[in-house]
Amino acid sequence: MNKKQKFFAYPYVVWMFIFIVLPIVLVFLYSITTKEVNNIKTINFTLNNYKLFFDPLYIGVTIRSINLALVSTIFCLVLGYPIAFIISKINIKHRNTVLLLFILPMWMNMLLRTYAWMTILGNNGIINNFLNMLGFPSLRLLYNNSAIIIGMVYNFLPFMVLPIYTALSKMDQHLVEASHDLGADNRTTFLRVILPLSLPGVISGIIMVFMPAVSSFVIPRLLGGNRSLYIGTLIENLFLVTGDWNFGSAVAIMMMLIILVSMSILNRFDVDKEGGGSNLW
Amino acid sequence: MKKKTFILVLAIALSLIFTGCSSGNKDKVVLNVLNYGEYIDMDLLDEFEKSFDVKINYEIYPTPEDMYTKVKSGATNFDLIISSDYMIERLINEGWVLELDYDNIPNYQYIDEDFRKTAFDPEGKYTVPYFWGTLGILYDTTKVDGTPTSWDLLWDEGYAGQILMMDSQRDSFGAALKKLGYSLNTTDESELEEAKQLLIQQKPLVLAYVVDEVRDMMIGGEAAVALLWSGEAVAAMGENENLAYYVPEEGSNVWVDAMFIPKTSTHKKEAEMFMNFLTEKENTLLNIDYVWYSTVHTEAINEVDEFLFDNPGFNPSDDILERTEMFRDLGDSLQLYYRIWTEVLAN
Repeated sequence: MNKKQKFFAYPYVVWMFIFIVLPIVLVFLYSITTKEVNNIKTINFTLNNYKLFFDPLYIGVTIRSINLALVSTIFCLVLGYPIAFIISKINIKHRNTVLLLFILPMWMNMLLRTYAWMTILGNNGIINNFLNMLGFPSLRLLYNNSAIIIGMVYNFLPFMVLPIYTALSKMDQHLVEASHDLGADNRTTFLRVILPLSLPGVISGIIMVFMPAVSSFVIPRLLGGNRSLYIGTLIENLFLVTGDWNFGSAVAIMMMLIILVSMSILNRFDVDKEGGGSNLW
Repeated sequence: MKKKTFILVLAIALSLIFTGCSSGNKDKVVLNVLNYGEYIDMDLLDEFEKSFDVKINYEIYPTPEDMYTKVKSGATNFDLIISSDYMIERLINEGWVLELDYDNIPNYQYIDEDFRKTAFDPEGKYTVPYFWGTLGILYDTTKVDGTPTSWDLLWDEGYAGQILMMDSQRDSFGAALKKLGYSLNTTDESELEEAKQLLIQQKPLVLAYVVDEVRDMMIGGEAAVALLWSGEAVAAMGENENLAYYVPEEGSNVWVDAMFIPKTSTHKKEAEMFMNFLTEKENTLLNIDYVWYSTVHTEAINEVDEFLFDNPGFNPSDDILERTEMFRDLGDSLQLYYRIWTEVLAN
């Protein structure tokens, strides 16, 4: 790298330090101390915050959050893969339009999109009004786990579809033709050629959905009515309501660890680095 | 090349926007005001800015705990804060509140004597009361039979899936503790444990734990019964005539919100002038029409609409008030409440 290029990287390095490295260091510092960290003289190191996290109460909250995120991710994958596959097969002339339509809802604020689901699923919502009109009794759709999963799948589906779509459309079509020429039927071609080649996209899709799903606090609050506690809500409460920044930081660090570990496990499946699933974004 | 030009134009445009913000108000006093959301008629801010040539920088917060974090973090030096009794008490105890010069607040004479010396400001040195209210139950008369008078309604299995509780630990615990006949401010672990069991037992019946959504959900008929503050209840009753509000006979919480000046203030005199402005009769009446909470103003109360004057949510009778209790700052015992409330939600 020559000097000129390095010079251009400095603003980014400074940016990264101020907005990414420094906050993480601060969060870590809070997690291993009691009370304030502003004054170096009175700083008091402890591991109690982490000990507290391993209380069955908080472990239960963590497991519940991971389960919910896993279910949402699986739904996203099951829905997202076929969608990405269909989009990649559309005539190139219309493909960008379809893709645009698919991304369009994301231009709106996520909070608004989630509120919209409240008016769809509510007791006097669109679905129940329709059911009542047909003479059926109302269903309780809002404020349960299915409502949270619907909200998550709706909000995070594009994060699954886009990397898979990119992997599929970057794939060399000659390989598919070669597979057919060698006598493989559609099913075998898909399972032995297309699926393995799109795996990097699938993996980054899973990561992109799992990460926000495990830490989301807006969706469980609005669509779940806070009836059960999830790790994102727990962190929010610890910072804003309880004012216990130290334990809140410890929980945040633990959540980062969970995400890091699950990412590294997933990356093992990304055997050939050629697909570059993690480089897609 | 095109991209570069675009970025350049964007940069110039942005810098113009930012300079636009900073110029113009250079010589004016800027008053940093912090208040709950939806808790003031915004026209009053404009009027004060115009008539006193002051710029108001207005910020809002959702719960007293948020206010505490915001003030203590020191990001903004607030000049005037409107908040609730127990949190003001905590800040006064920590030495964060300045004594007021009541000579700058002549309208203080109109404040009801009952509210001048409160549990959180026993000598009446630090605060000017703003609004007050009770904690009670709002119910839909088309869905609830008879006229309930007790906290038991929130635990009635006949309304499973139609009960709204508050995602606010002191209020939800308040309901459970009063139902058991204990004080709202108890720090006794066995009493809190009983309250916790009661709240866990109630959980399958609860539709949701919300705060800001309660009003709209009750107006829209999404639920039958809700734990709620009186002002929110009065506002909801104004829009849906099938709703009714009561303060349970076992007793409940009464709260007073007040204005105070934190020690970070740099414009104490202007802040006091603003307090005086908000305590004027006409301005209080405008504010009542917007926030619907009970007024502390001895003159304004006689000029409100009949609908409000006869409403037990807005103008409770004295025997209701005798049964109520104010939240107090719990100091370190607050951690116990946090812990137990987390256990209720995580269960």
